Amino acid sequence: MFRCGSLASRIAQPSSRVARHGKARGINRSHCDRGYSNASKKPMTMNDLPQPQGSWAKRHERMQKKYNLQLAVGLGFAGFTLFAAKQSGLVNFYFGPGKLKFGKGVESKEQEAAAVEEETITEPPADVESEALPETPAETPLAAPIDTESAAAPSAPVDTKPASAPPTPVEVPAKPKQVEEAAITESSAVVSKSEEDAKSASTAKESAGKVSDIPEHVPYLIIGAGTSSVAAFRAIKAKDAKAKVLVISGEGENPYMRPPLSKELWYSDDIEATNKLRFKQWNGKERSIYFEHEEYYTPVKELATRENGGISIVKGRKVVKLDVHKKRAFIDDGSEVSYDKCLIATGGTPKSLPVFDNAGEDILKNVTLFRSVSDFQRLHNVAQQGKHITIIGGGFLGSELACALGYKLKATSGSVTQIYPEAGNMGRVLPEYLSKWTTEKVKSEGVEIIPNSFVEEVKSAKDEKVKLKLNTGKEIVTDHVVVAVGLEPNVELAQSSGLEIDDTHGGFRVNAELEARSNLWVAGDAACFFDIKLGRRRVEHHDHAIVSGRLAGENMTGSGKPYWHQSMFWSDLGPEVGYEAIGIVDSSLPTVGVFAKATAKDTPKAVVEATGESLRSETEQVADTSSLMHSSDPHAPLKGEDYGKGIIFYLRENIVVGIVLWNVYNRMPIARKIIKDGKSYDDLSEVAKLFSLHSE
Amino acid sequence: MSYCKQEGKDRVVFVTEEDHNAPAAVSLPEEDEPPAGLIQPDGEINWACPCLGGMTTGPCGVEFRESFTCFHYSTADPKGSDCFEPFSRMTECMSQYPNVYGSKNDDREMPKDELTSEDSSEIGHSEVSAKA
Repeated sequence: MFRCGSLASRIAQPSSRVARHGKARGINRSHCDRGYSNASKKPMTMNDLPQPQGSWAKRHERMQKKYNLQLAVGLGFAGFTLFAAKQSGLVNFYFGPGKLKFGKGVESKEQEAAAVEEETITEPPADVESEALPETPAETPLAAPIDTESAAAPSAPVDTKPASAPPTPVEVPAKPKQVEEAAITESSAVVSKSEEDAKSASTAKESAGKVSDIPEHVPYLIIGAGTSSVAAFRAIKAKDAKAKVLVISGEGENPYMRPPLSKELWYSDDIEATNKLRFKQWNGKERSIYFEHEEYYTPVKELATRENGGISIVKGRKVVKLDVHKKRAFIDDGSEVSYDKCLIATGGTPKSLPVFDNAGEDILKNVTLFRSVSDFQRLHNVAQQGKHITIIGGGFLGSELACALGYKLKATSGSVTQIYPEAGNMGRVLPEYLSKWTTEKVKSEGVEIIPNSFVEEVKSAKDEKVKLKLNTGKEIVTDHVVVAVGLEPNVELAQSSGLEIDDTHGGFRVNAELEARSNLWVAGDAACFFDIKLGRRRVEHHDHAIVSGRLAGENMTGSGKPYWHQSMFWSDLGPEVGYEAIGIVDSSLPTVGVFAKATAKDTPKAVVEATGESLRSETEQVADTSSLMHSSDPHAPLKGEDYGKGIIFYLRENIVVGIVLWNVYNRMPIARKIIKDGKSYDDLSEVAKLFSLHSE
Repeated sequence: MSYCKQEGKDRVVFVTEEDHNAPAAVSLPEEDEPPAGLIQPDGEINWACPCLGGMTTGPCGVEFRESFTCFHYSTADPKGSDCFEPFSRMTECMSQYPNVYGSKNDDREMPKDELTSEDSSEIGHSEVSAKA
């Protein structure tokens, strides 16, 4: 029961409490304060009821206005969200079949046409009162086609730099009929444009005498004169002794081997030989990068009439269109060739970066997109002058060039820097621990490495230098920039000739027999083929170019064999470290690495310190075996007991799809068999025994 | 004794020599098609054999084939003595292309060194780089 509010005083002074308590209880009740407010004790009247504040209609209107505004804003925001989700590709409404994709330039134009139509379709469902939000985004796509049109024009004749990334590459669904119409008109417009450009480019060429050289008809036509083409024409000639093969080289060179351009050619001491593109092999013998001597090839004029057939190379021309049904090829100088069997081996063009696409001439003359012989010669000249070179890209080409330049520039007192967005060299290929090790190795070759970075801005600096500004804020002033960020397959023929392009991997889509269409094959970097064991893929390695080229050549002479022999690849990081690999080698897959543990007896040839320790190249001779323990308990890797040599298995759904042989040689056939089996194993260490890691 | 550690999704196993001395628990199946040699099972010549190098595909390929076929099927004693004609045509042809068919050329390498995947004996990875 509630007594007095002053409980505290009651407790504190019990005596007075008792006295007061007694008083409150009995005698003077009116002193007790029950805590009620002292409001007036008058009874309620009608005046206390709420009173009207004004017209109900006006208030209702005001409230409705507020609610309507909220509704409008809400609907507008929801509409914008749907639009953004659709444009960004997050959500696909599947209104109709997807659009045909032919190539970068055409695709974005079709998108803009379809996007505009898409906006008119989605307008009605949106609220009538909503703001003009859907309309404003439609205006921006309209501005973009102007850019892509101008980009499509120069892409046909000479492709020194690929066009900048297409705006929002998204599958924009739209009503089928409208898209098809738009697509047909767009593509025919672009085709006629590119053919016009091609013709105008050809008239500029002084090709008057050469036009008559190309025969009217040739049994075997090969477009592109790279590694795949060589393997193909050799296979063709082996089967068909008197075959007449015409090879069309866009680059204008006889076929040559590409790997030495980033490896052997940099390590030779003989400058004369390097200038002549000759290098020393492991067995000491010197050879040229060219596959065959000039004499090997039949002059183009004689091809048609030579009784025993031959192989002729047409240099500096490009095939712009193929009529696959009628088996005719149209060349950029206006001539035509009809063929029986054709192989497309157009390879690829190095990818560029947007910062360089928009850079001025004065910067671009110090930038190399490394791929061809002329790129090598240019870079070699720069290296000879002892300058500072920056390499952008941390994959195979970038890392190999970094090591090669590091070696070269020691003699000329230049320097090398390597910038890439991954955390370590080969970050997308090797598992993290090996990538870290590789990075240390590259550093020991004298390269300054800047990982986790990319170039945000590029400016010209004084003395003809280039200043690169990175996303981390760091600035680098360099003499020359090498860009090695990947390869874009050359698929311009697809759109003009009605060939399919693969959107996941890029390149021409072909089946397991490398056929794109009847009597038309594709091999090498440009072929996205179906690998019966590993699924559809596109491989950009030298051995694959040879294997696929040879297979295409055999199929062109009637074999009809599918791709079964798994190609391998290798990489050398300087003369001491190398690895071979086969299959799908992607660091995002789970891996199991089996390494040979160094014991007191075993001294790996390339002693590598465990990650985190500094690397000294001079300690190659003798491993510090005194610190090794022969313990069986798990412990951290010690000096000498580390990633000297081993096998790394890459697993996809527990099946081995890729293998890296780390400092292990002569074992590729075993690895090839394991991939071919496609089995899943319980204990990969047992499988690793097959490689006899510990024997040398 | 080996040991194993896990780095995220990647497993690393270090094995000693003793562990690996024991025979493997798994074995690979026999190769179903042994690589074709120079002579096919039916007695025909395999012109795609890498051992022939660039002889079949070069400018004198046809002449080479005729001579070699004649030699292969020759029953005379000594073998091939009745093949003088094709051989002389072949040498005549080859003399027109000295850079391709050089006799004792140190500078030039036979094209057969470039073929990689077919060779069952891959001696070293750097040889592969020379081969390919």
